[in-house]
Amino acid sequence: MKRLHIDQRSFKILKYKKKTKNMTTNILSNEKIVFECETGNYHTFCPISCVAWLYQKIEDSFFLVIGTKTCGYFLQNALGVMIFAEPRYAMAELEESDISAQLNDYKELKRICFQIKQDRNPSVIVWIGTCTTEIIKMDLEGMAPNIEKEIQIPIVVARANGLDYAFTQGEDTVLAALAQRCPTVPAQLNRRGETPSTLPDGEKNSSTLEGAKPLLHSGNKQPSLVLFGSVPNTVATQLSNELKLQGITVNGWLPAQRYNELPVLNENTYVCGINPFLSRTATTLMRRKKCKLIGAPFPIGPDGTRCWIEKICSVLNINPNNLLERETNIWNNLEEYLKLIQGKSVFFMGDNLLEISLARFLIRCGMIVYEIGIPYLDKRFQACELTLLKQTCIEMKVPMPRIVEKPDNYNQIQRIRELKPDLVITGLSLANPLEARGITTKWSVEFTFSQIHGFTNARDILELVTRPIRRNTNLTSLGWNTLVLK
Amino acid sequence: MKLAYWMYAGPAHIGTLRVASSFKNVHAIMHAPLGDDYFNVMRSMLERERDFTPVTASIVDRHVLARGSQEKVVENISRKDKEEEPDLILLTPTCTSSILQEDLQNFVERASLNCQSDVILADVNHYRVNELQAADRTLEQIVRFYLDKSKNQSVQTQNKTLKPSANIIGIFTLGFHNQHDCRELKRLLTDLNIQINEIIPEGGSVQNLKNLPKAWFNLVPYREIGLMTALYLEKNFNMPYVSTTPMGIIDTAVCIREICQTIQQVALTLQNQNSKDQSFENHLPFGGVENYIDRQTRFVSQAAWFSRSIDCQNLTGKKTVIFGDATHAAYITKILAREMGLRVSCAGTYCKHDADWFREQVQGFCDDVIISDDHTQVGDLIAKLEPSAIFGTQMERHIGKRLDIPCGVISAPVHIQNFPLGYRPFLGYEGTNQIADLVYNSFTLGMEDHLLEIFNGHDTKEVITKSLSTESGLNWTQQAQKELNNVPGFVRGKVKRNVEKYARQQKITNITIDIMYAAKEANS
Repeated sequence: MKRLHIDQRSFKILKYKKKTKNMTTNILSNEKIVFECETGNYHTFCPISCVAWLYQKIEDSFFLVIGTKTCGYFLQNALGVMIFAEPRYAMAELEESDISAQLNDYKELKRICFQIKQDRNPSVIVWIGTCTTEIIKMDLEGMAPNIEKEIQIPIVVARANGLDYAFTQGEDTVLAALAQRCPTVPAQLNRRGETPSTLPDGEKNSSTLEGAKPLLHSGNKQPSLVLFGSVPNTVATQLSNELKLQGITVNGWLPAQRYNELPVLNENTYVCGINPFLSRTATTLMRRKKCKLIGAPFPIGPDGTRCWIEKICSVLNINPNNLLERETNIWNNLEEYLKLIQGKSVFFMGDNLLEISLARFLIRCGMIVYEIGIPYLDKRFQACELTLLKQTCIEMKVPMPRIVEKPDNYNQIQRIRELKPDLVITGLSLANPLEARGITTKWSVEFTFSQIHGFTNARDILELVTRPIRRNTNLTSLGWNTLVLK
Repeated sequence: MKLAYWMYAGPAHIGTLRVASSFKNVHAIMHAPLGDDYFNVMRSMLERERDFTPVTASIVDRHVLARGSQEKVVENISRKDKEEEPDLILLTPTCTSSILQEDLQNFVERASLNCQSDVILADVNHYRVNELQAADRTLEQIVRFYLDKSKNQSVQTQNKTLKPSANIIGIFTLGFHNQHDCRELKRLLTDLNIQINEIIPEGGSVQNLKNLPKAWFNLVPYREIGLMTALYLEKNFNMPYVSTTPMGIIDTAVCIREICQTIQQVALTLQNQNSKDQSFENHLPFGGVENYIDRQTRFVSQAAWFSRSIDCQNLTGKKTVIFGDATHAAYITKILAREMGLRVSCAGTYCKHDADWFREQVQGFCDDVIISDDHTQVGDLIAKLEPSAIFGTQMERHIGKRLDIPCGVISAPVHIQNFPLGYRPFLGYEGTNQIADLVYNSFTLGMEDHLLEIFNGHDTKEVITKSLSTESGLNWTQQAQKELNNVPGFVRGKVKRNVEKYARQQKITNITIDIMYAAKEANS
């Protein structure tokens, strides 16, 4: 047996555990959420993984990851079989001659992009910069406009690398880059009668059509609303319909289903995010596109969805209609799931930035959250979500969870051993070893790849969360819960 | 720069990590950015590993980029030393650290000053070697390190074991059916009255590496990993090795004969060295090697009987394409051609670094050889050859799905379904049974085949054209189309392609029934 590395916080944890288990302490409204930051030695996916869902979302795109074999091997292993469906993503694999600058990056990239144009003819090529391009300081942003001109296909550059970002933040970098390509003025307003095929080139429109802007104000009942965040089309429709019930029209999504359907963004546009990891995109929309950001909790769980809609309504001066009933109905339908998890404890190891919203929802469901690990916390972008989390804790009379930014997986495992939570939400690399030690786990990646937004999909979240617990009820009586030798 | 969608062999550090995490109590620290530790996911998911994968990353982030790793790597090494108390910490460079060109060797030296564990830097160049080469290299490096160390401490025991014994070198984590193969090899050696000295790296301890020279010889079952170690041991310790893979009936026999010859030679030298009364006469049961081989071949393995049975007759001359790593592709080619009478239209490997060996092995057993790590090239070749079955990696399985050709998976890279819970060796006599099953089940069953042909198939669906090339420019008349529908589903695509090929050759654009028959006649 290895000597146990004693965490200096273990004493505090035990106290905390007692507190949560007894649940006798009254939660004071002035209690604060504890924020901590650890070493950043944790497991997560590389942000280039965003390619996997974004190439499917943007149907006419092609994603080119400019990196090494390491990146390629990650994509093909982590994303499994998708490669076989003639994917619209590929690697521009850097070889030794590229690294040592024996080859000309510009020529090489041009050659490869020409080949892609010939084979697939996409409407946009997204270059994903990686760690290697960062280190050798390949000027992707500088080369893109020239190659774009030569091959006549827009090239969007996103630096989704592991030096700076974690997992879902990859989508953030891509959307922030795409936001720059959104037109500022609707096409029909300035080039009425002309072919709409020129629409995608947003920058061209914006520069030539300054004069058309004032037209926007006239006759607009509701200011334009654009939602940002990539979700499957069904979820996008569900959320749009949810807002339509309140009389709100969603004027566009970033990203749209096709590149040339990118929404119009300007100083009259309200934007609202649907995922907690989109802080760069939010910043870009505010600073570069002059949009007005609606800060709201994220529409994850019925509570989150209700608050999200309420916030949008309040900004647009609309009285929400039937919203509480709608939420209550959803909760009532979740009864059977709630029974399974009420009073149970959960530990988020943290790897996809959805953790705070999910924790808030699970606390509302009656669970106790010990720790929320999270790769990166933008307290401004997540401000409303954090407030709702705190409020939820007070209302549900549970202690505030610790939020651990840049967690350390090794320390977390020590804490898990002491706390013995009923459920650990963790990445794929730790799930099986924890299960073998009798600790119930749910893979966090599934939350990224499932439909979890809006009222309709609350059931899906609980389906995921309760699955290991339901599995346990089927198997516990068998008696072999710990499957490693002590 | 290379436009790549898929790769057969992974990056170098994966090979290093596979070797490191196969040993007991060895911890690897990758010098890598966040997210590069997906090796842990692969091991935990594919191998369904119960233990935490002993691999952590010393994260390279923006900060490190600006200032260098400085204390970070050293701190991470000494931290792991305290937390896990491993025997060995292996610092693993990645593509990122290769370009950063930090003096990792220096970090290793500094860290080892105040570590209980041994610390070494994996000596692999990301841009020059692939996963398999790196694994081979790392295994040799670790063995060399510990044998040098024991030489210095003069604890090394040069004495051979009393009874004949073997090291099995090259069994390791995430290897294709390696666990099962290892069990089968142990059984084989036990049958031959040979002790197992050490098995490395899987489940081995680095502390025991000093015992390696005690064995009489080394057995290297796979071409890709272990040969470097075997060569090192041969050169420095005068240990012979057997590197014939015991896959298939014939080569299992060859391997067994080589093992016995090796033992007899070692026995002779040992007798010369010490005059102790050791009985090195034939230890073998069943009255000698040949007798043993014969009994196993005819009665323990079912494969020899299978290839005589009338079932296998239907396979005679059927066309196949084989692709995989050098070991599996070469030996399966020989099995199909020699032992089952199939026709191997093309055999290939993605192990470009071992192309010469591969060519030599399959020479005379196949019509053509392909050496490539480009899956589209392999796919096009398969589409062109239209074999009745493919034996390849998961990639070939997917190519097969697209072309409606059955495929048996015989080599890495593989998916989780190639880590079966049940006993599925590819080596030894039980391995021959498994391979025979795999081959047989990949083809449409004999009688079914005939009936389908006679009654025009049970497939009434519309014509499915699954050719890889979309451009056709040919016009099928309604009648011809109808006639094509009468062709059984599983050969329909092939018939269609043949007819179109013929039409193109004849510069005909309108395909009628007559053209179809003409094409058939021209082809026969």
